[in-house]
Amino acid sequence: MSIRLDKPWIPLTSEDLKQVKGQLGVYQLGSEKDGVTYIGCADARTLFGLKGELQSHVDAGAEVFFRIEVTSAYQTRYRELLMVHFAEHQCYPRDNKESELPRLGRLSPG
Amino acid sequence: MNLQLNDEQKLIVAMVRRFVRDEILPLEMNLDPDADALLPEDQERLVGMVKEMGLFGLDIPEEFGGPGLDMVTKTLIAIEMAQHRAGLYCPCYGVFGGAGLAQLYEATDEQKERYLYPTLRGEKRGFFGLTEPSGGSDPARAIQTRAKKEGDDWVINGTKIFISGADVADFGLVFARTSPDKGRNGVTCFIVDTDTPGFHVRRVIHTLRSAHYATELQFVDMRIPHTNILGEVNKGFAIANDRLSRQRIPYSAGCIGVAVKAHELAVEYSKIRETFGAPLSSRQSIQWMLVDNEIDIKQSRWMTLEAADKADRGESFRKEAAMAKLVASEAASRVVDRCMQIHGGYGVSKDFPFERWFREMRIRRIGEGPSEVQRHIIARDILGSSLR
Repeated sequence: MSIRLDKPWIPLTSEDLKQVKGQLGVYQLGSEKDGVTYIGCADARTLFGLKGELQSHVDAGAEVFFRIEVTSAYQTRYRELLMVHFAEHQCYPRDNKESELPRLGRLSPG
Repeated sequence: MNLQLNDEQKLIVAMVRRFVRDEILPLEMNLDPDADALLPEDQERLVGMVKEMGLFGLDIPEEFGGPGLDMVTKTLIAIEMAQHRAGLYCPCYGVFGGAGLAQLYEATDEQKERYLYPTLRGEKRGFFGLTEPSGGSDPARAIQTRAKKEGDDWVINGTKIFISGADVADFGLVFARTSPDKGRNGVTCFIVDTDTPGFHVRRVIHTLRSAHYATELQFVDMRIPHTNILGEVNKGFAIANDRLSRQRIPYSAGCIGVAVKAHELAVEYSKIRETFGAPLSSRQSIQWMLVDNEIDIKQSRWMTLEAADKADRGESFRKEAAMAKLVASEAASRVVDRCMQIHGGYGVSKDFPFERWFREMRIRRIGEGPSEVQRHIIARDILGSSLR
């Protein structure tokens, strides 16, 4: 399993979200040009899983792309993606507020 | 062994039970089912309450500021602390404090100043780095991480796997082979600062466990001063081995705590859930599941407390700890499985804690030495140490 989420970007529109189901997992917002601007997690408190979380970004007017990974280990994978991003950019994604992030460690992925 | 709790033990058990039910369970209702931490403000408030109860830092020896409780009492407390959704791997979300790394109580004065005391003050975190890709059940032979002496330093190269907390730690205990041809007498324990060049946390290892994920470490020409050896060169295996035996008692207690809570929920549910016009509790198939739970829990509890009692009396408890770990982890797995069955569809949903307990409990039959290794330890005790 790749430590990075490097699937192709998909436009974040209600139409494109029809292919996303309500499973639990992690997602990234961003684009080829800007890279990853937000890392999110659809945890078990969400009413409609990944579909619902991404739809909330559409409703908020976000004009970006997304990619997802369905996983039951959504908590640890979410933290891993944030740590990998920090290791590679020395910062967290632009739209992740540090005050809302969980306690994170340090990774130095090869 | 006296199976009656004394008055102090009864008081402490009641106090911790009330704390879990009044403080932890309501907060947990608002957390993600896989959460492993409270909100910082809740954490701080509850740590304050535990300190007032005089139970903070349960495993810290009295001479270092701990409450000075015996192993039986600590085991009883550990059983209570695990009785909530995250209880198996995050008992009470850590508000009772940790003991740091117990091995550091035997460190040199300088090492204590640098690592032990800051850990007890909550300023530093440590990790325990033993298991390697080549195996964890037989560390004496499996350790392939090498340390070579160069001047006043040791240069360490190798890989560790399934190491919890290394990514957030300030230092760790790393076991490395210093004499390749000496088996268990060729392993040394090093205290390693995580900002040392050549120390890498390569990835998170995702497992069935929701909390305290494990990591994979790589050491590349990591230079550690000779003064950072814990104990003596080639005497590291005894440090690792002592930790493994001692850890099996609280490990068993955590399993029992979860089993107790799961059983309690199943008993309540069986009385209110009706099928075909009668409560589940009136069905013999359900009654027998509850009876088997009761027996599994009682058996595990007695065996674990017996191991703790032997430890308190200063007797060898290696066999008893292995028996307790074997029985408690396997019995609790059966209990959680039965309770899940009694709850039907709710049992497997994240609305209830069973699915998390079921996943995390599976690890308990492998972690801290799998059931087969516990049987090996017990057999060696029965048949003699020459058993291979």
